[in-house]
Amino acid sequence: MSRLLSDTPTQPWKIVDPEYRIQQLVTHLGTPLLALLFTVVSPMSGFSGFTVTWFIFHTISAGLLAKYGKKKKSFANAFLEVFVGATIFVFVSFVATVLWPVISNGMAGVTHLNLIFQDAAKVGADTSLNKGGLGHAIVGTIIMVGIATLISVPIGILAALYVTEVRGKLTPFVRFFVQAMSGVPSIVAGLFIYSALIVSGILQYSGFAGALALSILMLPTVARTAEEILRLIPDDLRTAALALGGTQWRTVRMVVLPAAKSGLITSAILGIARVAGETAPLLLTAFGNNVLNLNPFSDSMSALPSYVFTQFLLGGDNDVKRAWFATFVLLVAISILFTAARIVADRMKRN
Amino acid sequence: MSVTEEIVKVIPRNISVIRQGSDKVFRGILIAGGLAAFVLLSGIFGYLAISAAPVLKAFGLEFFTGSSWYAGDGLLPSEGSMDPPTFGLAPMLWGSLLIAIIAVVIAIPMAIGIALAATYFLPKKIAFAFTIFVDLVAAIPSIVFGLWGFFVLMPHGALWAKWLNTHLGFIPFFKVEFEGFEQSPFMAGIVLAIMITPIIAAVSREIFSSVPPELITGAQALGASRWTMIRNVVLPFSKSGITGGAMLGLGRALGETIAVFFVLQLFFDDINWVRILESTGGSVASLIVSRFGEAQPLEISALFGAGLALFLITLATNALATTIVSTTNRTKK
Repeated sequence: MSRLLSDTPTQPWKIVDPEYRIQQLVTHLGTPLLALLFTVVSPMSGFSGFTVTWFIFHTISAGLLAKYGKKKKSFANAFLEVFVGATIFVFVSFVATVLWPVISNGMAGVTHLNLIFQDAAKVGADTSLNKGGLGHAIVGTIIMVGIATLISVPIGILAALYVTEVRGKLTPFVRFFVQAMSGVPSIVAGLFIYSALIVSGILQYSGFAGALALSILMLPTVARTAEEILRLIPDDLRTAALALGGTQWRTVRMVVLPAAKSGLITSAILGIARVAGETAPLLLTAFGNNVLNLNPFSDSMSALPSYVFTQFLLGGDNDVKRAWFATFVLLVAISILFTAARIVADRMKRN
Repeated sequence: MSVTEEIVKVIPRNISVIRQGSDKVFRGILIAGGLAAFVLLSGIFGYLAISAAPVLKAFGLEFFTGSSWYAGDGLLPSEGSMDPPTFGLAPMLWGSLLIAIIAVVIAIPMAIGIALAATYFLPKKIAFAFTIFVDLVAAIPSIVFGLWGFFVLMPHGALWAKWLNTHLGFIPFFKVEFEGFEQSPFMAGIVLAIMITPIIAAVSREIFSSVPPELITGAQALGASRWTMIRNVVLPFSKSGITGGAMLGLGRALGETIAVFFVLQLFFDDINWVRILESTGGSVASLIVSRFGEAQPLEISALFGAGLALFLITLATNALATTIVSTTNRTKK
């Protein structure tokens, strides 16, 4: 992201007197207190009531401040500032309520190491959390995502290379279809593999079928990010390699790909993060299993998201606890992947 | 093109290219890789259409317009069925569209606010961190949002819905025919809104940062406040880009399966046109997951028909969105 006004002039109009700062502070800190009071006294209640009243109070007071405090007719400007602040507040607080239960419920499971290392072969509704676990789902996710990566990363990079290196007549066509493919709903990918491979009897419910469904979802992510990365490689490098007498194949292999290496790793990681949490296609292709299954070609296989789904449907107290813990593991894994992708990408940009 | 440019334009000399054998093979492989997306898309269409054929043949257009979903004994009347099934997708199709529209209506202002904040309001470093945070939210798996919707949002959301119903019930949207606010399109819409906000915000942010800086500094030099500048320079410039982003979000919301499955009660017998607070919704994707496990062959074929409809709708939405976004990027850069 580029900041537009990076070399800002001194902006003398931005210098404000301390009195105005105090007024501003009162407005921004006073209104939530007022809103809190109002929420307690009036029938508006709960978090939502607080947000709504705060928003109204804050808009009015910010507008008044803008009009009288600074002696400018800038109510609209003040409203915009409050609006932007409110969207950040609402979004961040919503996301916090999404993450908090996962973290708090997940931490409860961290003390039970067996949850990570054992499978669920002997787990019933009443089994305590000290027995059994979701190790089979973790292994299943690793196997399926691994196979999907092996399939879709090479194809995705080839598609990206076509757009940036060949630059033939089909380029807009290829880009359009890659983009269109990124909109394919995950459930449709599952249905496709189910009808093409499982109904026709080529495969049974298996980890490999699940991996194929995941690779369909992964391909466009990898292709698009890889294309963006390859675009960053300066054309000077390519022309220099060609001028030295290199063929196009040698240019790509010895110059373009090594230069783009870390960026391509980023694209693969982003692809993995995209599919690691997919549930719907796995329900139709890999099904789910209670025991550890290391063979992707025979028998159904469990993965973290589908494990969460089935545990949730079982609905018992301990089942739901296990589901939360699996969600926690999944979320931690995805955050790590995402951070890794960011770090690798940043390092590339700095070079 | 102006006259001077016309004169200066030089016609380049044609350079003939003779490619070596290795390059021919290499380019062939790249073309194959480039066409993979096209091949897969046509494969998906072909297989879904073939698998859906029995039901599409038996019910024809009725499959998309009828409003009843009943598995019966799994035989067609022509096969001597005693309890003939009927498959009508209309409530699900409209339901999918309804919750996606609710989601987009909630998400657009939020996404614009977030994108404006990241581009014009927050200090540079905070804006950078905030952008990473928003991108990370886009990577949260849908099942997490499903659990959130069920365990966290639903109890609160039902209260909000009840409040809306008692105070604004005279508006057709907030009417309910029977009580039960929990698994309504409104709830599914909120969950989807949080899921698609990062997508719309990312597109909007990109468009905002491609507004020519001279326009912005020009507006500021004329003494425009931030509001005047955004209202008169930034928003007109990025209108169509935001529209494209919103359509990308719409496509994502239409195809979302698991998160919707947790928070929406499917209702097959009638189309719920506007009563968004009532626990009678529809969603094509959620229908497939919820019926797949216990379906007989004929119903499976009907579910493939549903998948086909979903595939075509999301493909069309996405293609339109891509065209809008890419044309605005090209003309305005």
